[in-house]
Amino acid sequence: VRCSAGLPGGDRSHSAVSVGSVTAAGAELTLRHPVERFTLDNGLRVVLAPDRSVPVVAVSVFYDVGMRNEPEGRTGFAHLFEHMMFQGSAHVPKMEHARLVQAAGGTFNGSTHQDYTNYYEALPAEALERALFLEADRMAAPAITEENLRNQIDVVKEEIRVNVLNRPYGAFPWLQLPQIAFESFANTHDGYGSFVDLESSTVDDATDFFSRYYAPGNAVLCIGGDLDVAETERLVRRWFGPVEARGVPPVPPTGEPSPTRVRSGVVEDALAPAPALALGWRVPDPVTEFDSYLGTVLLAEVLSEGDASRLERRLIHDDRIAIAQSSYVGLFGDPFDVRDATLLTTQVHHPAAVPAERVTAAVHEEIARIAGDGVAAEELRRVQARTEAQLLRQADSVLGRTLGFAAAELIHGRAELAGELAARLASVTPEQVQAAAGALDPGTVAVLELRAAGGPR
Amino acid sequence: MSAPLDLTRVPPLGEPRPQPIHAAQETTLPNGLRVVVVPRPGVPLVELRLRVPFAASGAADAEVHTARGAVLSGALLLGTEAHDQTGIAELMQSHGAELSVSSDPDRLLFATTLLPGGLRPVLDVLGELLTSATYPDDPVDGERSRVAERIAIARSQPGVIARSALAARRYVDHPYAIQLPDPELVAAVEPAALRDLHRDRVLPRGSSLVLVGDLDPEAAAAAVAGALADWEGSGQAVEPPLATERSLSGIELVDRPGAVQSNLRLGGPAPRRTDPDLAAVRLANMVFGGYFSSRLVENIRERRGYTYSPHSSVDHQAAASSFLVEADVATEVTGPALLETWYELGRMALTAVTEAELDAARRYVLGSMALSTATHAGLASTLSALAGAGLGVDWLAEHQRALAAVTVDEVLAAAARYLAAPALTAVIVGDAEKVADPLRRLAPVEVTGNPQA
Repeated sequence: VRCSAGLPGGDRSHSAVSVGSVTAAGAELTLRHPVERFTLDNGLRVVLAPDRSVPVVAVSVFYDVGMRNEPEGRTGFAHLFEHMMFQGSAHVPKMEHARLVQAAGGTFNGSTHQDYTNYYEALPAEALERALFLEADRMAAPAITEENLRNQIDVVKEEIRVNVLNRPYGAFPWLQLPQIAFESFANTHDGYGSFVDLESSTVDDATDFFSRYYAPGNAVLCIGGDLDVAETERLVRRWFGPVEARGVPPVPPTGEPSPTRVRSGVVEDALAPAPALALGWRVPDPVTEFDSYLGTVLLAEVLSEGDASRLERRLIHDDRIAIAQSSYVGLFGDPFDVRDATLLTTQVHHPAAVPAERVTAAVHEEIARIAGDGVAAEELRRVQARTEAQLLRQADSVLGRTLGFAAAELIHGRAELAGELAARLASVTPEQVQAAAGALDPGTVAVLELRAAGGPR
Repeated sequence: MSAPLDLTRVPPLGEPRPQPIHAAQETTLPNGLRVVVVPRPGVPLVELRLRVPFAASGAADAEVHTARGAVLSGALLLGTEAHDQTGIAELMQSHGAELSVSSDPDRLLFATTLLPGGLRPVLDVLGELLTSATYPDDPVDGERSRVAERIAIARSQPGVIARSALAARRYVDHPYAIQLPDPELVAAVEPAALRDLHRDRVLPRGSSLVLVGDLDPEAAAAAVAGALADWEGSGQAVEPPLATERSLSGIELVDRPGAVQSNLRLGGPAPRRTDPDLAAVRLANMVFGGYFSSRLVENIRERRGYTYSPHSSVDHQAAASSFLVEADVATEVTGPALLETWYELGRMALTAVTEAELDAARRYVLGSMALSTATHAGLASTLSALAGAGLGVDWLAEHQRALAAVTVDEVLAAAARYLAAPALTAVIVGDAEKVADPLRRLAPVEVTGNPQA
């Protein structure tokens, strides 16, 4: 579906929090509202996050299947199937899903991630039940037909042409870096999909995929904003209760052994006028090693957030060997919506006159400085204040907050975590950041060079 | 699998709940700066927007002004009499802020979010930048090189090539014809020119500061008055000259050899924010291609699979408003995609939309206005744009009333004037060897080289 359908390459977004009162940077952070949760008999997990300050409600359904779950020969299928979920359902003809949401004054979209696929609406509060009807109807029976499948294969191919094939730096580095950084098919394959795989997809493939992964027990329904808890629970049971229970596949392990050597690769970009570089380091398990992972998340901010950051100063202002730099954790920049295995990525655009090795050496030096000397408490406190403001900003939108709660429930088993992130990040110590830097070993980095092969055209 | 829509199954909408009313407090400082402060419940943050009109005064200086503006917006942060670049960034960061400065053909925009306790210190840094930015020689040299490199990268994007070509074809010698500065002019920008430009053109009179969020209006207004009192300057910030556009028939085809898609762009005039026709044109735009439930999306995406992202919009700049259509389509269906787009425009201009189409579009526009002003950041950006047009928060309610009253006949009249294909200038970026011939069967085609190459 338009505008995201999922693959926000390089886009940096943070999970949401809901914070009531902040007396000063890093001070007491409390949840404004408790999160309510219950589970239906068919296994659907439901999270309600009420906040009645604006007359807006957000409805989201997260299915526990993403690009990493695709079988060999079916690259891109999770995303293609996401498109199929907008083609109508048992009681909703094609185009009517969009009309029913938009004619109520609402917006909608869906997106495919590494470990999940989500669908969501933001609407005036009076349209809540309509959104529940629409999500329940397609959870029960989407319209998987040959005509719809052929049409959406064409649409997805145009999406890939817009975002990858017809533009410079298309999908750099999220499509190519994992191929170098990881070993398993789950972690290395093209999540947008090859045209060969997409074109050979069949209705049977789609039906099987739906049957296997779109069971209510494999999903989280999260509703946030202007809602009454008791009334909403009644509506959820009314619309989702009848959806038939099916078996739920186990979450497949996507972790893999940590690398022990440098891996490198080169991609030629016939449309790019200047080279670029991406360095990726394997980081701690985002779920089971959460405390050390938080140190890595803040390290990325110390390295690259703003004019005062280490790499902005070194690469851009002091050495002048780069045009732009950024560092982030998680393939698409959200550190809190991924499972193992994942990376801290440092991405640099540099002039053609500067060799990639020079940039790489400078990045390693700056990380080694943090690993050796640590960060000053004052520097970390500033970075924490900025991180907190960014988390709060995300949480100001009902939809942003709701998606954050849903991702935390699905990935971490605790929606409440989204509300605690600001406080958890504020309590990270300089020693944790120093330790995180020490783990970014130059001997185990994955290096992807983008060579500008064509210049402007 | 799906039967025709049975509306009895669809839950009806409940009673609408009242929209929050935004109480804006407006003041004007002695230096001429207009200040708009809006307290709002929500997260403990404040959003800041300072809009400084910063247009080229005319065609003659537009090229040089655009180049200087592109460098100035980054170089402003390189140092003040009291702090270097790192010092400024650290001061901001300790209050959760990171100031961005951006330029476009109309204005400079200073924007940041910040933690509420940092309001006065952040305003003090802003005041320091406005009154004592130094444009130090050596750092400016570095910034200038980076801006030139970034422009080269931007110009390799097909969407940028298409936007630039459409603007040049529509506006000819008005400053709006220039979307990106010439890298050679950027490389020639001297620090002394930036200091002069800042002194002459970064002026409080005509500018507006918007603060939205967790704040006390009186205290916030006092903090602004205290922090920005020393920002002085003679004269008034410069608005662009009124834009007239040329309407050329036929298609300009910008050749991009080997392109696997063609970028279709159509553009023409639209009513201004204060024009009584605006509400009807916005609704006609929605029915045509302004949202997913539109005719254009149903036709060239959901029926024919030609494109991922067809879209139309109404866009306002200080000196012109536009109706714009865009679609990136597979090379082999470039001709058919343009044909279907023109067909849908023709339907809009010749035959009435249905009441159901109009009601859906109306509810969507009203709902999306409510959503986009339901965050501190969304409301601050909306109010800043309105302030730039000399309008206040009341415009939102007035426009909502106008939208509520639009009739099917008014939509037809608006579409006949603004959505008719002859009113629109056409530019396509694509592989001329493959698409010129099919396009010539629809209209005269003028093939041009990519000026950015």
